[in-house]
Amino acid sequence: MEIKKVGVAGTVESSDINIVIEPSDKKGIEIELQSTVMKQFGRQIKNLIEETLKSEGVESAVVRATDKGAIDFVIKARALTALYRAAEINEYSWEA
Amino acid sequence: MVKLRRTMMYVTGNNPANIMEAHLYGSDSIMFDLEDSVSLKEKDSARFLVYNALKTMDYGNVETVVRINGLDTQFGRDDLEAMVRAQPDIIRLPKTETKQDIIDVDNMIGEIEKQIGLEVGSTKIMAAVESPLGVMNAYEIATASKRLVAIAIGAEDFVTNMKTTRSPEGIELLAARSNLLMAARAAGIYALDTVYTNIKDDDGFMDEVKLIKQLGFDGKSVIHPRQIGMVHKIYTPTEKEIRNAVRVVGAIKEAESKGSGVIALDGKMIDGPVVDRAYRVLELAKASGVYKEEEQND
Repeated sequence: MEIKKVGVAGTVESSDINIVIEPSDKKGIEIELQSTVMKQFGRQIKNLIEETLKSEGVESAVVRATDKGAIDFVIKARALTALYRAAEINEYSWEA
Repeated sequence: MVKLRRTMMYVTGNNPANIMEAHLYGSDSIMFDLEDSVSLKEKDSARFLVYNALKTMDYGNVETVVRINGLDTQFGRDDLEAMVRAQPDIIRLPKTETKQDIIDVDNMIGEIEKQIGLEVGSTKIMAAVESPLGVMNAYEIATASKRLVAIAIGAEDFVTNMKTTRSPEGIELLAARSNLLMAARAAGIYALDTVYTNIKDDDGFMDEVKLIKQLGFDGKSVIHPRQIGMVHKIYTPTEKEIRNAVRVVGAIKEAESKGSGVIALDGKMIDGPVVDRAYRVLELAKASGVYKEEEQND
């Protein structure tokens, strides 16, 4: 999936995460994370964002995320929203 | 045991904290909203969030409902595609006006169920009626699909369409509430009342709950956790009502054991409706946790 523009989703309210996804010239997914739970969950949050983007076929992107204690399903939902906005795609393949 | 739908709490579909905590406040149902409480720019965001929540969270015994956007909007179809797959207990349709609205959504859900290998008809729906046309068509709406488990009245749009406003007494809603209730009862489905928006006015809220309970509604939509306990208290049978119901049921059993066709209690004959009401009181008391079956034998 190709990132065409800056895509943003989520807020900086408690239990949420704000994710900004931008196009990148370089190969790979670069993630810059700020989190209230950085020490304990920083790596896990980054991994989840990367996994979510890769599963949608993203090969290159710059991601900036500000986390306020979001749990996994929230991180995944916000990453997908930001990604589909950045890729300008409206159709998502929902799984049963 | 009878399914209680005394309270259905609104939860904004784009708020993670609320989505994670909503089931902890004790309402019988929680309704994740993709419609009016979500801005046009965040429809995609709320859809992803609610879908992933339903795929992940364990809401225990709390019934999960998702209010989708109308199928006449650009969001309704996507909401339906996502939510039939996410499988909340019920999908709620807003602004239902005709039986065709229900038939259309029934067919669309059926197509999705086939695609994903679900039994056709397994997805349940609830219809909100929010206009004079919807109220006039309430019975046709209530009987348009076997998926339909409840109809609900949405008052704000309704009173605006009626060129009036809501009053504390609710006289402007009496005909609509009554019509909707009769439609629901004739169809054998649940009837749910509209929200009370002033969360600081406890007295006004409780007066309205007493009114809709007396009319016969199964429950009410609530917009704040503090409204839940007040509704449940009003809907819980009193000790006196339970005691009386137990005596009625006892008299029936005694008559049955004697092979007597006539049932009497305190010298008065008990007829069918009294018996039905007694059973309903005990069902509600059991479901509310204030009565256990074995107490009946004490």
